[in-house]
Amino acid sequence: MSVKKFAVATYLDEEVLFPAVKKVRHSGYKMHNVYTPFPVHGLDQEMGLKETDLHVAGFVYGLTGTATALSFMSWVFLSDWPINFGGKPYFALPAFIPITFELTVLFAAVGMVLTFCYLNQIMPGVKKHIFHPRQTDDTFVLTIEMNDHVSEQEVLDFLKTTGASETYIDVAEEGWWYGRWDKEDDYKKGFVSAHS
Amino acid sequence: MHLKYESFVREPLVDGDKDYHQITEDIVRPIEAKPGRMWYVGFFFSLALLAFGIFSVTWFVYWGLGTWGLNRTVGWGWDITNFVWWVGIGHAGTLISAILLLFRQGWRTGVNRAAEAMTIFAVMCAGQFPIFHMGRVWDGFFVLPYPNTRGPLWPNFNSALLWDVFAISTYFTVSLLFWYSGLIPDFATIRDRAKTKFRKLSYGLASFGWTGSAKNWQRHEALSLVLAGLSTPLVLSVHTIVSFDFATSVIPGWHTTIFPPYFVAGAIFSGFAMVQTLLIMCRSIMGLEEYITIGHIEAMNKVIVLTGSIVGVAYLTELFMAWYSQVVYEQDAFNWRIMGPYWWSYWAMMTCNVVSPQLFWFKKLRRNIVFTFIMSIVVNIGMWFERFVIIVTSLYRDYLPSSWSYYSPDWPEVGFYLGTFGLFFTCFFLFAKYFPVIAIAEIKFVLKTSGANYKKKMEKIEEQSTEQFVEEHAHH
Repeated sequence: MSVKKFAVATYLDEEVLFPAVKKVRHSGYKMHNVYTPFPVHGLDQEMGLKETDLHVAGFVYGLTGTATALSFMSWVFLSDWPINFGGKPYFALPAFIPITFELTVLFAAVGMVLTFCYLNQIMPGVKKHIFHPRQTDDTFVLTIEMNDHVSEQEVLDFLKTTGASETYIDVAEEGWWYGRWDKEDDYKKGFVSAHS
Repeated sequence: MHLKYESFVREPLVDGDKDYHQITEDIVRPIEAKPGRMWYVGFFFSLALLAFGIFSVTWFVYWGLGTWGLNRTVGWGWDITNFVWWVGIGHAGTLISAILLLFRQGWRTGVNRAAEAMTIFAVMCAGQFPIFHMGRVWDGFFVLPYPNTRGPLWPNFNSALLWDVFAISTYFTVSLLFWYSGLIPDFATIRDRAKTKFRKLSYGLASFGWTGSAKNWQRHEALSLVLAGLSTPLVLSVHTIVSFDFATSVIPGWHTTIFPPYFVAGAIFSGFAMVQTLLIMCRSIMGLEEYITIGHIEAMNKVIVLTGSIVGVAYLTELFMAWYSQVVYEQDAFNWRIMGPYWWSYWAMMTCNVVSPQLFWFKKLRRNIVFTFIMSIVVNIGMWFERFVIIVTSLYRDYLPSSWSYYSPDWPEVGFYLGTFGLFFTCFFLFAKYFPVIAIAEIKFVLKTSGANYKKKMEKIEEQSTEQFVEEHAHH
């Protein structure tokens, strides 16, 4: 676990958040993340995030499904157990289309959802730090990663100038861990004692 | 920022003076409060129906297929009728959540969560019928292509009935994934404001540890869009394949190329009716009138009148083709549908599906809640009769007059059907209690363009002339 110190700024409106993100990016501070209660279009470009390749993964999974279905049905009817259905061809491609289509969709959808969970590192039992209790409700949260060269007061003062409604320093585990959301975490104690 | 503004011609999608927090409050409150008496009455009534269904099915499995009213001529009766009926109902949910997403129809946000839940529960109900219709249900897994000790002998991949196995199970899986991926952020919202230990624990598990980081949202948007793109042809394929169950056979009344589009239109027609039934109850019981507005109901009624008319055209086309084809078997099949011993089912279908939805051409009726509610039930009765007409009145008089017969269901069939209502509504009541009935994050997303209070702020711009507007907003 890598417990780090973050400067947190909260905003109540995405119209304030956008210029704030721009300012933070140009300030030279290390922007850690932005948390929003709903998808805000254009925020990823503003933060300089790359476009996701998830849909490419979906396409590849889909092709895998197509290939699986077609090759399996052909193998069954041409080689493993050929059955003559009223003199129709063994390789009855039009009749294979429905199942091929369904498996394409199935593979693409299941594969994409699993990839989505893997990339986001989410699954049942995973716990992550929540910087602000209302970041999934109505509050937009911007976090700056602190290091020894940055003064806390300076960062907080800077964040106030961006129109933040609240600014504070928080100590948090950056990644995820297995945990119960009804139990408080004591991972902070070690960090606080080590750094004080 | 919000220069993207919506014309006043479009009705607001969220009424009242809402902000982001108020939306969370309104939608999560029913989950955090104790359910009212209406909920308990409805829930236990559904459970009772489900129990009776389980009893009827157990009876059937124990004594065998003979306990149903089917006979040698009419091999498909209420079971397959109910199967097609339930699958069809499911289609509206996917239409709302996927096709309307691709068409960028903002009004879907208010209703998509409940409609998609309805899809999943309806497909669960539908799946029961073909499974138990197999008779020896313990051998049901024979439909799966697994390396078995019988050869291995594979199922017939060229059979429309096997296509159905793949179509329905894929449809269920993909709908479930689509629905659940949308629920994850909303579960996180409930989790983060939870007060009780149990709620924190359960919604913590259900939300997968979602935090709402920008990158996660970016992937979430990509996922939703691709899943919508996949679900759109999927939903059309499912009812197409269901119609192939009939159309690929050589039974007069079934063997027609019009079946796929006609079935899909009928499915959307009955599905929207069921969405209306559920949402009209939901909005008044749970106080969600500001999110599921009259505008939403009117939009769905427009879909009902459109698809109802398509279905009507299909019925008439069938009659025309029977006459025009000059095939005597086809002509007799349709003569008997209209005037034979099952005339009442044909005319019930015609009245409920073709005649009555035409009343929705009147705006006053489209925006009338009571009328819509009654119509939604009438339409679903009609669509049940449509499937009954297609199945039973094509089978009961076959090529050999000596085997002509009549069919009426026995009590275990009726009990089975009632039991699926029990299953459907038990699931729906649990959904209404424990799940956010309206997609919280999606509503917040459209609030500033389509919320009543935000639209009001645009009045000044709306009153300006075009020249004035351009003058003010042009980049100088």
